[in-house]
Order: sequence, then structure tokens, then C-alpha cells
Amino acid sequence: MTIAASNPLSLMAHLLRRAGFGSDRNELEEYAARSYEDVVDDLLNPERFDAPEDEILSRFYPHLHANKDNPAIWNGRWFYRMVNTDRPLEEKMTLFWHSVFATGWTKSEHTPTMVDHIQMLRTNCLANFRTLLLGISRDPAMIFWLDNNENHRNAINENYGREILELFSMGIGNYTEDDIKSAARAFTGWTYDTPVALYPFGHFDVKYRFRADDHDGGQKTFLGHTGNLDGEDIINIIAKQEVTARFIGRHLYNFFVADEAQVPAWSIAPPADPSAIDDLAKAWIDSDADMKVVMRTLFNSEWFKAARFKHVKSPAEFVASVLKLSGEYAEPAPDLHKLEGTIVTMGQKLMDPPSVEGWHTGKEWIDGGTLTERVNYAIDTLNNPDKPGVKAIIDRISSQGNLTTPEQLVDNILDLIGPLEVESGTRDTLVAHAQVDGVLDWSSGTAAEISTARVVQMLTLVVSAREFQFS
Amino acid sequence: MTTAEKNGKTKDPVLVVVQLSGGNDFMNTVIPFTEGIYYDNRPLVGVPDDKSLPFTDTLAWHPSASAFKRIYDQGKMAIVQGVGTEHASRSHFRAMDIWHTCEPEIVATEGWLAKVIREIDPEGANPVTAVNFGRGLPRALAAPGVTATSVGDLDNYGLMSGIQLQEERDLDLQIFQRMYTPAIGSGQVMNYLSQTGNNVLSGADMLAEAPRQYRSKVEYADNPIAKSLRDVARVHTTGLGTRIFYTTHGGYDHHAQEVPTHARLLHEMTTAIEDFMQDLHDHDAAEEVNILVFTEFGRRIKDNGSGTDHGTGGGAFMIGENVKGGLYSEYPSLAVGDWKFGEDMDFTIDFRSVYSTILNQWMGLDPVDIVGGQFEQFNPYTKTMV
Repeated sequence: MTIAASNPLSLMAHLLRRAGFGSDRNELEEYAARSYEDVVDDLLNPERFDAPEDEILSRFYPHLHANKDNPAIWNGRWFYRMVNTDRPLEEKMTLFWHSVFATGWTKSEHTPTMVDHIQMLRTNCLANFRTLLLGISRDPAMIFWLDNNENHRNAINENYGREILELFSMGIGNYTEDDIKSAARAFTGWTYDTPVALYPFGHFDVKYRFRADDHDGGQKTFLGHTGNLDGEDIINIIAKQEVTARFIGRHLYNFFVADEAQVPAWSIAPPADPSAIDDLAKAWIDSDADMKVVMRTLFNSEWFKAARFKHVKSPAEFVASVLKLSGEYAEPAPDLHKLEGTIVTMGQKLMDPPSVEGWHTGKEWIDGGTLTERVNYAIDTLNNPDKPGVKAIIDRISSQGNLTTPEQLVDNILDLIGPLEVESGTRDTLVAHAQVDGVLDWSSGTAAEISTARVVQMLTLVVSAREFQFS
Repeated sequence: MTTAEKNGKTKDPVLVVVQLSGGNDFMNTVIPFTEGIYYDNRPLVGVPDDKSLPFTDTLAWHPSASAFKRIYDQGKMAIVQGVGTEHASRSHFRAMDIWHTCEPEIVATEGWLAKVIREIDPEGANPVTAVNFGRGLPRALAAPGVTATSVGDLDNYGLMSGIQLQEERDLDLQIFQRMYTPAIGSGQVMNYLSQTGNNVLSGADMLAEAPRQYRSKVEYADNPIAKSLRDVARVHTTGLGTRIFYTTHGGYDHHAQEVPTHARLLHEMTTAIEDFMQDLHDHDAAEEVNILVFTEFGRRIKDNGSGTDHGTGGGAFMIGENVKGGLYSEYPSLAVGDWKFGEDMDFTIDFRSVYSTILNQWMGLDPVDIVGGQFEQFNPYTKTMV
């Protein structure tokens, strides 16, 4: 590794990649001037900072608003938030919960409920876990996605009762089929108002509705608790289980720390770092499932700080990391919605995971097609000295003196885009290439033009390296 | 035993899959034109009986599918009627997923064609054993450890395709290859990235031959499916050993505006396939090719006043020089009491029967592990691998 892992800038960059979507150099230096724990504290308290104004997009570009039933518009707005927010952890946690409580647009094709669903996750992203479970249990998009609207007092539909246990909290093997039936009964009557018909005016918001006449108020036994349990009781019991702390803890580890086995393997494969999961579970139990406490434990742990580049970027993370480098979309732009198509070719469509199991992660993001899309997207986006972020990199290198050696060129770019740690073979290859044309000269206009082109080309090579696929 | 020894042919069998995304309206493609119930339920999208193109006493083609009528009349098309499955899903994704993985009840990660690639090329020796034309890899072709190549634009395919100067691109690709050299102690994911990157590079080198070698008298139309099938022809006739081609024709989800849109799509798709067959024939490269055209589900029997909503039973088409033309399985019953969910045409044959037939009789493979069980086959070929 070429960059000293102890460098405080490296550690702060790591935190900002994981707790957010990366940073440009100026942001990074501002954050790194403060203590790590202070920055974590600010990240955990997003309300201290103004919320990003993505509504401004529909004001600037009415055509986006006119197409608001198209999820691409909203995913474009989400990218705008990811790269511009002053509350990076809020957007990152929203994406995290979206990956766990995977709810898709495809089944309903109903955009307003999906937009509300994501906003509900955003509002509650650092709340107590109970609040989140209650939120998704009363969320019309989730209710339709897992058929709870078909879960009736006299005819239960177990789908939601099963998935809230298997995928959203405890993991398979920690409850019985009878527990599932009790949970399903407890959620009967949790439904939504009949939506306005699609034609001719498009979709409208849908509201949660509790129908007491369709709710099974009878006695139920769930995980050893007996009584007239309703959905809130079920959620309270779930949130207190140590297996829930461990299961969500493992999700947090997989998303924020280092790639784990795929979720379906968790009932047989032990965690990569069992003591990290112990730490998270302890924070969970001590705080009675307060996500702020759990996340503070995570970010302040030594195992988090050490886990540099142990996570393959998801397509959303990859595209956002490239945009952070290019400095694009700092202002509203009419083509933001095209970013949805960009990540779809990389195998991810936000607001539309492939199934309730969510996306498979880690190396499963990569195949020949998606790797080609990633590399080409990074190159095509950054191969332009006029993009603000690219220009900033050029300016920083040229301002260091009249001459830049090939080694300085490579090391500066690796430093300025991360700092990115690369294998020695990667650095040797890049340096050997830089040496072919020798020292970069910034002393005259013509020479600087040639040097500028060389910086841009080196930048495109660095982002096509394997190491850039990792966060 | 090689397939060549089995039937005396010298060419390995090739499968071309054309996916119609969105749920093609089978009832408006192959129309039960003598049934009053068809006209009663489709006041808007129904094709008037003086417009459709009858080809049996009871069935007629959509007027925009005249190319399919010609292929059928030549005896080169098997129409598989009423394809679906027991655990049907009206969700596009879920339904397509079931078709792609042959797992109706769980979410699986291995595509059926990826398992075929593993059988044909267990070492992954040829990066273009399977080629998809389109962006991103369909799940049907994806499985851990299996290489399949996905081509967005054959004339400008591969890594760094956005770099304009060829010299600069060549140099950058060399550096890319050096950076992607596996190193000892790199870790499993880094090595996987190395292998994937190198596969993309070698696949691109091979595919670059196709535009150089290909000459044709056939003029394909200017639309995405025609362009994709022309790309299939270019790669197939170059002889790179590709055994599976995959391409997608999107836009069949006609909840609204079905009448004009479906007509255009059918015209584009059927004409492209007719041109493609002619092209292969001109290159003496048609005999080894079997085309499968499928969609994830059919549409609702009743129209909704503008289009049709998602349904159940659909239909598939198998096309080729060695196909025994005709109708297979049964057209789903239109009697109101037989409507699935009270509103759909039911299915009359499981889609895995179609796959098993192709795998066993055309590709010469044991289908049981690939499709996940024994499914009844039918006999749509004049020449087979078994």
C-alpha cells in the first residue's frame, strides 16, 4: 500500500465514503481539520444542518415535475441529494434501509407511494429501530409489496408476517411457523385507503388506514408472549430480541464496514468479524435499539477504522463517487434523471430492488458487462479538463511548482481522488506509463496544455483500476 | 460424444433467444378470430376480423405480423400456445425472473442459460460462448463463475470505448491489462476483478473481427431489434464459437396506447427476424440456428379501454430451418369459467417444457438439472441432437 493508513486525511476520507458518498478535496480537508469523534457526532445529528433542497429541481425544470410518475425523475433527485447534501449520513442510511426493507416499484408501478416510502426511511433513518419497523408496517408501498392489504381477520395472508421476521429483523431459524401466523394475525387490518384510479389523471398519494373491523383482536402467542397482541406489540417484542440486534448488526457491517456473505447464507455462514457484531449487539441492547447509539459505536470502532477498501461499491455508490470527483450536478440540471439509466446498466435500479431480499452485494455486482459499464462511465465522465472537479485536481497539481515528476503525478492523483490505496503493481504500471513522457512542465501555456492532458489521461487510468471499484 | 458425431452435422447447434419485454399480448398476436368472446371483451384493442390474417380455420395473425405469417407458411415456425407456469406472477420482474432462473418459488441467482454455458464450456475457455446484445447482462446468462459477454454496440464495443483516438485507446487498454494482472496475495475479490477484466479484453478482441469480416445483401430496418439481430448475424457468421445469443425487444407493456404501439413492435420484431433468417441463409449459416421468441406473460382478456393489463398465459415462437412448423400445446380456453383469476387466459404448457425440448433435442444437453426437474417435451424439430 502506498498511502500510510495512519494519515488522518485517509481516515476521514474513509469515514466520508462510508457514512456518505465521498467528498471533494476541499470538503475532505475541512472535515479532517476537526476531531474524528466530532465529525461522527455531526453525521449522527443531521438536523443540525439544512436539508438539501431537491424540490428546487421541479421549479427549475417543470418537465421533470410533469413526469413525476416516472421513477427516474425521483432517482435523479436522489442522486442530487447524495452528492450535495450537508447531511451525508442521512442519505446513506436511507439507502441502507432501502437495501434491508427492499420494496420495489415494479409490482405496483405506483410512484407516489415509493417516493413516500423512501422519504419515510429518510425521516426515520437514525431513529429507534421500533420507529422504523412501525414506519414500514404502516407504509402503503410496503403493505402492497408484501400483500398486507390481503391480510384479513378471517383469511390471513402470511407474507408480511413472514418477511418482517425473516428479512427485516431476526433472520431465518429464530422463530416458528406459529410465530409467523401470530405476527400475520397481529397485522390484520393494517391497510391503506383505496387508491384513486390511475386513469385518466395519473397516480395520487395513498394513505395508511387501520380497519378495526378487519383486525383480529383475539389472543395470540408470539415468541413466548401471549395476549391480544397487535402489530405494535409484535414490533416491540422483535426490537428487544438479541437475534434482531445481531441480524441488523450484520446488515450494518455488510453495508458500512466490509462485504459479507449474501444474506441467505447467514443462517449457516458465521460473520466475518464476530466481535464486531458483538459490539453492535451490545450497543443495541444497552440503548434499547437506538440507531444513533448503534451507528456511533460502529463509526468509532477500531474495526471500522481499519476496514479501508473492503467494500465493493454498489452502482449507486460508484456513480456518486464519480460525480463527487467530477464536481457535476452541484447545481440543478435537466438531465439528472438519466443517472437512473446509468446505474441500471450496472445492475441496480433504486426504488426497484429485484426482490424483497434486496440486492446481492460485494463481488456479485461485478460481471463483464457491469465492469465495462463502470469503467467506461468513470472514464467518460472524468475525461474532460473543464469539469469543475477535474479542473480542481489539475490546479492543485500545477500549483505545486513548474515541474511535476512522473511519480508525483501518479501519487498526487491517487492522493487527491481518495486518498486511494493501490497495490504496488498498479502504481508501478501507472508510474512506468508516466515516465514515457517524462516530467510535466507547467511553465508555459503550451507546455501546461500538454501537462493538463496528461493529468486527465492519468486520472482516467486511475479510476479504471481495480482498486477504484472499492470503497 | 460431440454433437457433430451424433447427427452427422459439422456445425454445433446455436440458440438465439429473443426476449419480448413487458408482456407481449399473445391474444392479439395469434388471434382467435372466429371467437365472439374475443371481440366482446376487446372493443378497443381487438383486431377486426377483416383485418387479421387467418392461417388456420380458427387463428389469424395480427396484420403487422405478416412476416411471421410468411415464416409460418414456409413451415419454419412452431407456435407454442399458452405458455406459462403454475406459480405465475403478474409482476414483470418476478415473472421474468422465473423465466430466467426456472425457480418459480424462490429467488435464485443462477440463470438457466448460464448453466448451459457451464455445460458447454466448463473451463470458460471462450469468453464469447454466450453473447448478449444490450446493456447489462440478463439474469438468464448470469451465474457465479460463468462468463457471458454483453455488447451494447458491436461497432464500438468494450472498455474505454469513449476514447476517440484509436492509438490512445489501444495504449490505455494495454495499461488496463497490466493493472488487471493478478498478483499473489491480492485477495479473492481483486483476483475476480482481474479475471473479469481480462475476459472483457479477450472477448472484445474476438468480437472486433465480426464487423471486419461481415458482408451482406440484406438491409435491416433502422430500429433496435433489427440492429441487434444484425449484430447476431455478424458475430455468428464470423464463426467465433458463440452458441448462445440473447437479445431483448422492449416496450410490450401496453396498459395504454396498445393499438398503435403493439402494431409497430410486432412489425419491427417479425420483419427483423425474417431479415435475419434470410441473412443467415445467404451465408449458409442458417441450418444450425434455432430462434426462441418468448415473453414473461400474456395480457388480460378484457381490454381496459386503452390497452390491456398484465395477464397469465402467453405464447412462444420457435423458428428455424430445422423446425417442424405447426401449432403446439393448446390455445387456452376462452370459456369464461376457465379464465385464470377470473380475467386471464390460463397457461396450457409449462415454460420449462419449452426449455427442456430445446436443451435436449436442439442443444443435446440433459435438461433436468438446468430447468430443475422433468418436464414433458414436444417434438418441434425435423432434425435433432438426440
